Amino acid sequence: MGMTITEKILARAAGKDSVKAGELVNANIDMIMCHDVTTPPAISMLKDKGIDKVFDPEKIVVTPDHFQPAKDIKSAELHKRLDSWAKEKKLPFYYKLGRAGVCHALLPEQGHIRPGEVIVGGDSHTCTYGAFGAFSTGVGSTDLAAAIATGVLWFKVPASMKFTLNGSFGKGVYSKDVILEVIRRIGTDGALYKAMEFVGPALKEMTMEARMTITNMAIEAGGKNGVIGFDDTTKAYLDGRLKGKTDYTVFESDPDAAYVHDDTIDCSTLEPMVAFPHLPSNGKTIGECAGLAMDQCYIGSCTNGRIEDLRIAAEIIKGKAVKIRTIVVPATPEIWKQAIDEGLAEIFYDAGCVISAPTCGACLGGFMGILAAGEKCVSTTNRNFVGRMGSPKSEVYLASPATAAASAVEGKLADPRKYL
Amino acid sequence: MAKAHVYQRDHVNTDEIIPARYLNTDDVAELATHCMEDLDTEFMTKCQPGDVIVCGDDFGCGSSREHAVWAIQGAKVGAVIAHSFARIFYRNCINCGFYPIELHGALEKIDDGDVLEIDYKAGTIDNKTQGTTIEFTPLPDFAIEIVNDGGLLNHIKNQR
Repeated sequence: MGMTITEKILARAAGKDSVKAGELVNANIDMIMCHDVTTPPAISMLKDKGIDKVFDPEKIVVTPDHFQPAKDIKSAELHKRLDSWAKEKKLPFYYKLGRAGVCHALLPEQGHIRPGEVIVGGDSHTCTYGAFGAFSTGVGSTDLAAAIATGVLWFKVPASMKFTLNGSFGKGVYSKDVILEVIRRIGTDGALYKAMEFVGPALKEMTMEARMTITNMAIEAGGKNGVIGFDDTTKAYLDGRLKGKTDYTVFESDPDAAYVHDDTIDCSTLEPMVAFPHLPSNGKTIGECAGLAMDQCYIGSCTNGRIEDLRIAAEIIKGKAVKIRTIVVPATPEIWKQAIDEGLAEIFYDAGCVISAPTCGACLGGFMGILAAGEKCVSTTNRNFVGRMGSPKSEVYLASPATAAASAVEGKLADPRKYL
Repeated sequence: MAKAHVYQRDHVNTDEIIPARYLNTDDVAELATHCMEDLDTEFMTKCQPGDVIVCGDDFGCGSSREHAVWAIQGAKVGAVIAHSFARIFYRNCINCGFYPIELHGALEKIDDGDVLEIDYKAGTIDNKTQGTTIEFTPLPDFAIEIVNDGGLLNHIKNQR
């Protein structure tokens, strides 16, 4: 029996020739992502236990993002703890305010994600990095602390689910619609404990940005990791971008590897999707829900705050006025600058949108765009749980940047295809 | 004796357990004051030390925030019994020294307000109100050791 890409990566990291789903392995960690919410407690735990060391400073990337710039005194204290630790440990890859960005957009953009590696982060959307043919998963502060100190964590090798993406994308349909459709089919715990592997010819049409939107939301189906194999698109993205170690190992699933689920999505028949409150699995096609009045549009986050997302939104918004509060959040400083250089910022300004500094901000109900009771927000983010973006009585509707932009223009859920 | 607080819900998520607007601190006592706030604003007035939360499938889905476990521990909740747990939350529980009880059909066997006595090692719940004994698969010994040591880092320290 062959192995899946996930099994091969974990076997390599555990120093074994082969592993099987269900097996427990002790894996060496190649990269650790640290941000402002879950890392300060991890640092405190280590100090408290007298285990005050970092296993390898070159394998840690630090960026404040959730509440940056500090939204209040308490978050400023978190940032202060993160800052003094990063400086004390002389961490070479510490992105301070001005270069800090939404972690899952920042790390790939800055060349810290390599194929074949095992990556953990103190954030559930760490699964994003699987788009590069890596094994990447989110952990809590205790596991993060253990990883920082020892560079090793135990994992149960997950069984893999295969999703084959066929067909060419129709106008107005994007990778966000694909992943919302997948989660609609299998539910928010449909991939619990499992690897979600995406294969198929439709991936050829997707940029790395588009692929990251898919793996980003693996956790919304309960997945342990999402993974997409390496190809020319991956290579082109990585060439000249990698920082530190520039070599990497490419793994691919064997033809006879075992899968516990096999599903096919025909991208050519997909329609723009909207996930209704309060679960990412409550997907409807835009045809089923167009016309529902919104109060706010949010374009940003680790799911859809990359330059390609802003370009798509700007194309639709250009020359029109938005009818609802529209908040555009470039996910990193580079994306922010690109948005200005390419004239996207001007398009958003002219239409009446506001553009914020890179932050996770309102995606998780932190700040910079919180909803009042009874308000509805169409959002390019990944979660629409109760109270996710503000009041427990507010509602979040998840959609692609195109659908969100079209909805901003009309002030209600709208089909982007008529604007393209 | 523990009282059951039953929520007939699947997918109780980390935003309901501890809303992100309170993540600007990792002070356990402060987090506890907001425990379960977006699911049940009355929870903290009802919950007595040792009481038990009972839910359906996929408890703790969403964020990796360990703050969700800390809030529950800070509220002195004795146990969470759920049909199933989200993966990261489950691992965080053990890492923090908190015992998650996976019990399919819990919502049919335990009613709101039932008085329970739990034997964590044997894997039994004595439902004093209904006069029934419910079995669950206990955690393996290594995980019980971690829980008894007060979490993974204490466990590592004790082993040194």
